[in-house]
Amino acid sequence: MDSAILALEDGTVFEGRSFGAPAERSGEVVFNTAITGYQEIFTDPSYTGQIVILTYPQIGNYGTSVFDNEATKPYIEGLVVREFSGITSNWRSDEEARAFLAKSNIPVISDLDTRTLVRHLRSRGVMRGVLSAIEKDPQKLVEKARSIPSMAGLDLASRVSTPERYQWTKSVDACSPSEILAAAAEPRFNVVAYDFGIKQNILRRLVHAGCKVTVVPALTSAEDVLALKPDGVFLSNGPGDPEPLTPQIENVRRLIGKTPIFGICLGHQILGLALGGSTYKLKFGHRGANHPVINKLTQRVEITSHNHGFAVDPDSLSTNDVDITHVNLNDNTLEGFRHRREPVFCVQYHPEAAPGPHDSHYLFGDFTNLMAENQ
Amino acid sequence: MPRRNDLHRILIIGSGPIIIGQACEFDYSGTQAAKSLRGDGYKVILVNSNPATIMTDPELADRTYVEPLSRQYLEEIIARERPDALLSTVGGQTALNLSVELAEAGVLERYGVELIGAKIDAIKKAEDRLLFKDAMTKIGLETPRSQLLTDLEGGFGFVAKHGYPAILRPSFTMGGSGGGIAYNREDLVAILERGLDLSPVHEVLIEESALGWKEFELEVMRDLADNVIIICSIENFDPMGVHTGDSITVAPAQTLTDREYQMMRDGAIRCLREIGVDTGGSNVQFAINPKDGRMVIIEMNPRVSRSSALASKATGFPIAKIAAKLAVGYRLDEIRNDITKVTPASFEPTIDYVVAKIPKWAFEKFPGADTTLGTQMKSVGEVMAIGRTFKEALGKGIRSLETGKKFGSDVFDVNLIPQKLITPTPDRLSYLRFAFRSGYTAEQIHEMTSIDPWFLEQLRQTGEFEESLEDGSLEAADRAGLMRAKRLGISDVQIATAWKSTEIEVRNRRRELGVSAVFNRVDTCSAEFESFTPYLYSTYETSCEAEPSDRKKVMILGSGPNRIGQGIEFDYCCCHASFALQGEDVESIMVNCNPETVSTDYDTSDRLYFEPLTLESVLNIVDVEKPDGVIVQFGGQTPLTLALPLKRLGVPIIGTDPENIDLAEDRKLFGKLLDELKIPSPENGTATSADQAVEIAKRIGYPVLVRPSYVLGGRAMVIVYDEDSVRRYMREAVTFSQDRPVLVDRFLEDALEVDVDALCDGEEVLIAGIMEHIEEAGVHSGDSSCVLPPVSIPESEIRTIEEYTVKLARALNVIGLMNVQYAIKDGVVYVLEVNPRASRTVPYVSKATGVPLPKLAVQLMLGKKLRDVTEHRGRLPVPLCFVKSPVFPFNKFPGVDPALGPEMRSTGEVMGVGQNFGEAFSKAQLSAGTPLPEKGTVFISVSERYKPEVVPLGKRFAELGFDLVATRGTAALLQAAGLKCRVVFKVNEGRPNAVDLLKAGAIQLVVYTTTGALSFEDEKSIRRAAITYRVPCITTMSGARATVEAITSRLRDPIRVWSLQEIHEAAGTAAY
Repeated sequence: MDSAILALEDGTVFEGRSFGAPAERSGEVVFNTAITGYQEIFTDPSYTGQIVILTYPQIGNYGTSVFDNEATKPYIEGLVVREFSGITSNWRSDEEARAFLAKSNIPVISDLDTRTLVRHLRSRGVMRGVLSAIEKDPQKLVEKARSIPSMAGLDLASRVSTPERYQWTKSVDACSPSEILAAAAEPRFNVVAYDFGIKQNILRRLVHAGCKVTVVPALTSAEDVLALKPDGVFLSNGPGDPEPLTPQIENVRRLIGKTPIFGICLGHQILGLALGGSTYKLKFGHRGANHPVINKLTQRVEITSHNHGFAVDPDSLSTNDVDITHVNLNDNTLEGFRHRREPVFCVQYHPEAAPGPHDSHYLFGDFTNLMAENQ
Repeated sequence: MPRRNDLHRILIIGSGPIIIGQACEFDYSGTQAAKSLRGDGYKVILVNSNPATIMTDPELADRTYVEPLSRQYLEEIIARERPDALLSTVGGQTALNLSVELAEAGVLERYGVELIGAKIDAIKKAEDRLLFKDAMTKIGLETPRSQLLTDLEGGFGFVAKHGYPAILRPSFTMGGSGGGIAYNREDLVAILERGLDLSPVHEVLIEESALGWKEFELEVMRDLADNVIIICSIENFDPMGVHTGDSITVAPAQTLTDREYQMMRDGAIRCLREIGVDTGGSNVQFAINPKDGRMVIIEMNPRVSRSSALASKATGFPIAKIAAKLAVGYRLDEIRNDITKVTPASFEPTIDYVVAKIPKWAFEKFPGADTTLGTQMKSVGEVMAIGRTFKEALGKGIRSLETGKKFGSDVFDVNLIPQKLITPTPDRLSYLRFAFRSGYTAEQIHEMTSIDPWFLEQLRQTGEFEESLEDGSLEAADRAGLMRAKRLGISDVQIATAWKSTEIEVRNRRRELGVSAVFNRVDTCSAEFESFTPYLYSTYETSCEAEPSDRKKVMILGSGPNRIGQGIEFDYCCCHASFALQGEDVESIMVNCNPETVSTDYDTSDRLYFEPLTLESVLNIVDVEKPDGVIVQFGGQTPLTLALPLKRLGVPIIGTDPENIDLAEDRKLFGKLLDELKIPSPENGTATSADQAVEIAKRIGYPVLVRPSYVLGGRAMVIVYDEDSVRRYMREAVTFSQDRPVLVDRFLEDALEVDVDALCDGEEVLIAGIMEHIEEAGVHSGDSSCVLPPVSIPESEIRTIEEYTVKLARALNVIGLMNVQYAIKDGVVYVLEVNPRASRTVPYVSKATGVPLPKLAVQLMLGKKLRDVTEHRGRLPVPLCFVKSPVFPFNKFPGVDPALGPEMRSTGEVMGVGQNFGEAFSKAQLSAGTPLPEKGTVFISVSERYKPEVVPLGKRFAELGFDLVATRGTAALLQAAGLKCRVVFKVNEGRPNAVDLLKAGAIQLVVYTTTGALSFEDEKSIRRAAITYRVPCITTMSGARATVEAITSRLRDPIRVWSLQEIHEAAGTAAY
C-alpha cells in the first residue's frame, strides 16, 4: 500500500494512503462539507492553488461523467479524503474518479482522520500545506509548506482565465429521463462573460435563461467589452484574493452604468471593490452546499452552494449606492447586494449550484429581466 | 412569523400501542412535540392509549389521557378540554387517520378545533393513491403505472395489460399492512382479497413492479413561509421490493451524483408544495432504475415517520421538535440549531460519517409465518449504528442486533446460497457475507439480489480482511493490522474467534498497541461549527471529542432494539432514570442503539453515546467517562447480561448487586433461597438430557412447563402433557448443554397469575403494584391482560403475596426495582419467578398510581432510603381500575395460530381506565384494536375441561341480547340449559361451518378455547379467520368472563374519560 503525507505549515502532519497520482503538490488547505458533487469540486477553477479536504468520508463511489465537469480538467492541487472508493457504481459514469484525477497528476491522500484535520483548520484557520506521495520525510514537507507563497495578494484569476475569446452555446441537459427542466428560453440577450475561472454550469444556466454568451479573458478592457454591444455583462467566479485584481476592478468600474451587470462569487467581490468597498479573508472560508442565505427582498431562505475564502465587508459599502439583498444566516456575512441606481447586482454564493441545491436559479432569470428592462 | 398567539391549547394524538410498522418512533416524536409546545407556553393535551410511552407521563403535558384512540373517546376529550388546535402529524398513521375521521365527522368544526401540521386536503392528497398519482402527474413527476382496485376483476384486467409481478398496496393502512407482491394469479387473488378487507376504504392500489430498482428517501421540512430544507437522504441497501422498514438503510445516499441527488431534492420539494403540506416534516420515497436513471416517486408521508426518527438521530436535527414549532407559526430561520447554538434551523445538515439502520425480526416467535420480506413490513425493531465508513457502521450495526448467537456460530448451507440471495429474508445479510466467502463474485451476487455493486464491494472488502485475520494471532498482532480491523468495524469478539483468544485479551492487546476507540460528535455540520451537545459515537481515529466532565456521573445502559418481550417499557424506565439523575444533580450518560426511542434523543440525557450494547462498546465508554456508577436494571435483559462481566472488570454497578440478579436466575441457588424463606414454588428440576427431563416430569407430574434457561419473553417455552411430547421437545425444540440446561416446572393448570412490582432500599419495601392476570396460568405474563388493583384475590392471599415480596426483596438485598410473578392455586400462593430489576409493567403501574417508580428507584440506587423519597408505606393506593391489555401482530403473519401460550408474542400494550373492571377492560380491548361488539352473535366452542363453565357464560351472553352459535358438544349443553343456540359444523365436518359464518359476517365474537395440547387445524382455522375478518377471538375462559363484564359495562356506563393528572390529584399521589 503506497503512503502519502499531508504536511501543514504549522507543523501538523497527517499520514495516509496514496490513492492518486504519485505526485507532490502544494497549496492552501481548505475543506468542503458537501456530501455529493466531488467531481464538480475537482473541476471548479476557483480551487486553483488549493488542496481540498472533503469532509464526507466516502468519495469516488459514483465515478465521474464527462457531463458533470465544470471545466475541461480538474483544478484542485490535491485531494484529502477519509476513504476513496475502489469501484464505481453509477449508470452515468464514464471513468473512475481515481483515474480521472490521476490523468491530471493530482495526488490523493486517503485513510487519514479528516475530521480531526478539519477541526484543526476550523480553530486555526486555513493554512498552507503540501500533499506528497513522493517525499517520505514529514519535516521536509513542513518546510516546503512554509515556503510556498500565500494566497493573499496573488492574481490567480488571470492565470486560469481563457486566453481567447469564445462563444458558449450549450444549455443545461437533463441528467435523467425523469429530470424536469424548464424549457430553455429563446436566445434574446447578448451577454459578455468575464472568465476569472468560470464554471461551465454558469454558462449553461445563462444559455438556458436566454443568453448568447461570449466568454472573454479576465483582462479584457471595458471598452473592448462594450464594443461587443452586450445586453449585459457577467462577472464570473474565480480563485484567490480579489484585492490584487486592480485592472479587472478598474474595468468593472468603467462598465457600471453602461450595461447591466451580474456577478457571482469573485465577480461579486470585484463589484464590491469597484464600488469602493473592501474585502477580507475569512478564517476558514465557506465551502459547502448547505448554507442558509436569506433573500432580504422576498424574506425567503435559500439553501446555497458556497466556495469562497474572501468576503466583501458590508460596512465598507456605501448605503447610498447599494442595497444589501442577501445575508448568510450562519454568520451574517454579506451574500449579495444590488446597486440602488444602476442595473447591477451580484451574489457571493453559487446560484448555478453544481454541486448544490437549485434554490437560487431564479437569479439567472433576474439577470435576463434586468437586461430586458434596459434593452 | 413568530409563534401564533391565537392558539392556547393544543391537542396531540399519539400512535397507540407498539405494533409492527408503528413503534416507539412516535413516542419520540410526540414527546418532542409536547416538550417543544409547552416550552413555547402552550397548554398541551395529550391522548395516547399506550401507557408504556414517555409521552404519556403526566409531567410532559398539561392534560394526559390514556384513553382509546377512537372518535367517540376523542370527542369526549375535546368536549372536556376544548383545545384550539389539533397537531395531527406526530402520532403516525393512527393519529393522521383519526384526525381525518374527526374532521370528516364534523367534530373539529363543532368544537372549533383547527387542524395544524397538515390540513385535511393535504392528508388526503398524500394518502389517497389516485389523488396522489394525479397530483404527481400534474407537476411532472412519474409514478409507477398503477390502478385503484375495488374488486378482483379490476386486478385481472391490470395484469392482463402490464403483466406480473405486480405490487399491491391497500389504501390507508400502516406499515404496508396487507400489501404484497403478486407473481401469479393465485397470489393476486389472495393478496387482493386480504388488502380490500384491511383497507378502511376497501381500496387497493395495483402497481407496475419496480423490483430491483434503487430505493431512496428524503426527509423534508417546510415552514409557513414556504422555506424548504432536506434533512437527510437515505439509500436502501435492499432494492425495491422489500419494505423500507424491512430494509437495511444507509444515510446519506451513497451512489447518487450531485445532479441526480438534486433532481430528487427538486422533486421532493415540488411534491411537498403540490400536496400542500404547509408545515412540518414529510418523507418522500423514490425509486431509480439503475440502468437508465429513470426516477419514479413511490409515496410521501405528510407527517413525521419512522424515517424521520432515523434521520433525526442520524443527523442531530430534531425533526419532530422543529415540526411542532413550525406548526404554530415559527419559520425555520427563527429557530436555533441546538447543537451549534450559532446557526439557524434553516440549513441542511451535512454529515461526515455513515449511518446504517438494520431491522430486527422476530420470526422465531411465529412458527409457520412466511419469512419472505416484501411490501408488508414484518420487523419488530431496528438498530442504528454510526461509523466513519459504511463498513464500520454496518459492523457496529450487526453487533447492535443482539442476535444472541455467538460470533461465527451461524450454520450456512452452500446449496442454499442462490435461494437465500434471490428471495429476501432476514438471513440475506449473513448469506451475502457467506456467498463472498464461498467464492461468489460481486457480479453474480448483484445478478441475484440487485443490491448496488458499491454496497457489495464494501461487504467484499470486509470479508476479505476477515479471512486474512485467520492467519494472525494475539502475539503476532501489530498496530496497523488491528487499526484496520477496528476501522472496518470488526469486533474484539470476532478477532478473538479468529485468533482463538478471548475478547478481553484482544482488547488488552490492542490497547497495548495504542488502538483505542475515540468518540466523534454528531454535530449536524461536519465540524464546520463547534458542537455544544455531547452526542457521540465511537470510531477509530486520532482525536477524541468526548470531553468528559468531572461531575458526579452515572451511566445508564439502554435496552437496544425493540423486540417481543423487550420494548418501549424499558426505554421509559431508562429515560426516567436519566431525568431522575439530573434531578439529583448527577450527570446522566445514556448508552443505546435504538434510533426510534426517546432515550436516544440528544436532549434526554446530559450525554448520549449512540453505541451497541456490547461489552466492548460499554467498556470503551467507561474508559473515557469513568462513571461513578452504571445502572443495569432498567434496560431489560440486554444490560443484565453485561452486568456480571462489567462488575468483574471493576466497573461500578449501582443498585442491586449483579450477583444477586444472577442468583435469582439460577435455579439451584434460587430454589435453596426459597426453601430457606419457606416460600412455595412449583416443583421443578433441571435437565441436560431427554431421559432426565422425562424423569423429572414423572416425579412432579404432568402437565409440565419446559423451557431453556436464560431466555427472554418465554422463548421456546412449552406446556407438555405427556412423555412423548417431552422427548419431542428435547429432540427438536431446544439446544441445551451443561451450562444451559432445560428447566422443567410443574404447570399449575388454571391457576391465577399475579405480577408484583416493588421497590426496596435494602431494608424497607414498598409494594408498588399487585396486578391480577386475566388469562390463567400458561399464558405468558406479557401476553395476558391484567388489572390493577386485583379484583378477585382474597385479602388474605394479598397479604401472603406482600409478605413473600418483602422477604424476597430483603433476601436478595434489592436496591431499586423488583418484579415477582406468583401463581395462586387452591388457596396456595407460589412464586414463579423473581426479577430484581425493572419489569415490563413499571410504566403501567407508575401511571396508574401516579408514583414514578423508576425515579424513586434511582434515588435508592444513589443511596437514599425509601422514607427519604416517598410518603408512601406498604402498598401504593390505586384510585381507579386500570387494565393493561396486549396487542398482537397476527394480522401480519397469515397462517400463524393466534392462540395464546407460554411464549410471548405481543408487540405492545394499551391501558384502559374505568370506575369498574368491565369499563376498564372494554376500553383496553377497544384500544388494542379488538373492540368488543355490543350486540350480534357469539360463537362458542370450549374444550372438555371448560364444559362446566360454559352454561353460565352462555347465559350471560344471552342476557346481554346476543344470539348464540356453537359446535355440537357445546351447543348441546347450552340447549340443555334452556338457551337458544344454533348448531354449526366443525371445519372438518362440513359446511356451513364457523369459518363460513365468520366470512359471511354472521359472527361478531368468537370464544374458542384451546384443547391444551397441540392445537388442531380446526381451531386454528377458526382463530385465523377471526383475525382476518377482524372479529374478536377469545381463547381462554377467564378472558371470556372478562369480555362479558366489558360488554355489560359498555351497555350500562356512559363514555367517560379521566386525565392522569386528575386521577393522581384526587388520589393525592401526584408526586410530580
